[in-house]
Amino acid sequence: MNILELAAQNLISPAILFFVLGLSAAFARSDLSVPEAVAKGLSLYLLLAIGFKGGVSVSAHGVDAGLILTIIAGVVLSFLLPLIAFALLRVMSTLSVIDAAAVAAHYGSISIVTFVAASSVLTTAGIAFEGYMVAVAAAMEAPAILSALWLVARAGGGRSDEAVDSGLMREILLNGSIVLLVGAFAIGVITGEQGMAKIEAFIVAPFLGILCLFLLDMGLVAGRGLRQTRGLLRPGLILFGVVMPLSGATLGMAAALLIGLSTGGVMLMMVLAASASYIAVPAAMRVALPEANPAVYLTLALGVTFPFNLVLGIPIYLALAQTVTGGS
Amino acid sequence: MQTHKAKRVEITIEAVMEQRLTAALERAEVTGFTVLPVMGGSGRSGRWSREGQVTRAAGMVVVVCIIRPERLDALLEAAFGLLERHIGVVCVTDCEVLRANRF
Repeated sequence: MNILELAAQNLISPAILFFVLGLSAAFARSDLSVPEAVAKGLSLYLLLAIGFKGGVSVSAHGVDAGLILTIIAGVVLSFLLPLIAFALLRVMSTLSVIDAAAVAAHYGSISIVTFVAASSVLTTAGIAFEGYMVAVAAAMEAPAILSALWLVARAGGGRSDEAVDSGLMREILLNGSIVLLVGAFAIGVITGEQGMAKIEAFIVAPFLGILCLFLLDMGLVAGRGLRQTRGLLRPGLILFGVVMPLSGATLGMAAALLIGLSTGGVMLMMVLAASASYIAVPAAMRVALPEANPAVYLTLALGVTFPFNLVLGIPIYLALAQTVTGGS
Repeated sequence: MQTHKAKRVEITIEAVMEQRLTAALERAEVTGFTVLPVMGGSGRSGRWSREGQVTRAAGMVVVVCIIRPERLDALLEAAFGLLERHIGVVCVTDCEVLRANRF
């Protein structure tokens, strides 16, 4: 299947169409909304399900050196990507050092929703992937924040005295998403197939439907964000929001090939390296770099890169992963 | 009915800073406060709404403290030390309370 066929198939999947519905409703100023508590519940469900399924997969196949190597590669990528993003931003935009570093931090970290959507595409297509990619996702959340703060310190911007205190590190490493993802992964490893058999009806069957509802909400959020910040993102920044995920995906692909991951694993590593955080990193940036403009990094990550990855990026990464690994 | 003069301090602050602020208030021996969610608003950073926020980073809360007038400076110093670089508003008004021994 070529890239165009994959893209067309992806575009007419229910998940993407619900995302587009949310986006369209927000642009049309509809009062459609998903209550805050429901959206929170949906994200908890998705994290629990994806973490648990990953753990069960590792339990079935056992822990090998690939897990350690992939986590190390993910952490190195997360440290490295902000440096590339920062250099690109300094060339492609007029952002200040602090704003550019804050945006760069988002692109070194990951979007767990993009990861969930990509893994559901793989599952639907019947392409296997390493279950431990969930743990890699969790490991890639935080390092980028440190790289961004180093970039600011090097340029003499901001104030380093309160940038990274122990409270902030605790909040980053123990944020609810990471705790649930890693916790569900560990429970999946411990309970294995027997555990899955007991909660399969909750974890597997409703997954795609709940993902659709969550992506409807994400579409609404992205659309409203773009509407409220209309004119804030210059063409150079919007271009960055597309170029950076493609650059990250290329590096992710190289790292995954070096480790020898499967087709699904290569694709997920590309997705992790291509995606931008909009949950953990924005909160960390508000504490550590309050001078940075949140409208810039949130709109770019959520309004440009997230839709790009979801609609076009995922089929592109899958087609490339199939091409380079020879997988189907 | 007998009432007593007090100060009402209202601090509108980013949600991510809430715990740091309340901890700073407690260190300044201000142990009574109320935290309220904010639905939305508009300011120097533009218009925003709580609706559809995907992250706490974009949310705001209001921390309300009612204290004796002589404790105002200690509270403001504690709050300012923390909030100097952040988005927010600190507002002090006069008020009256019924039970002075509670504040």
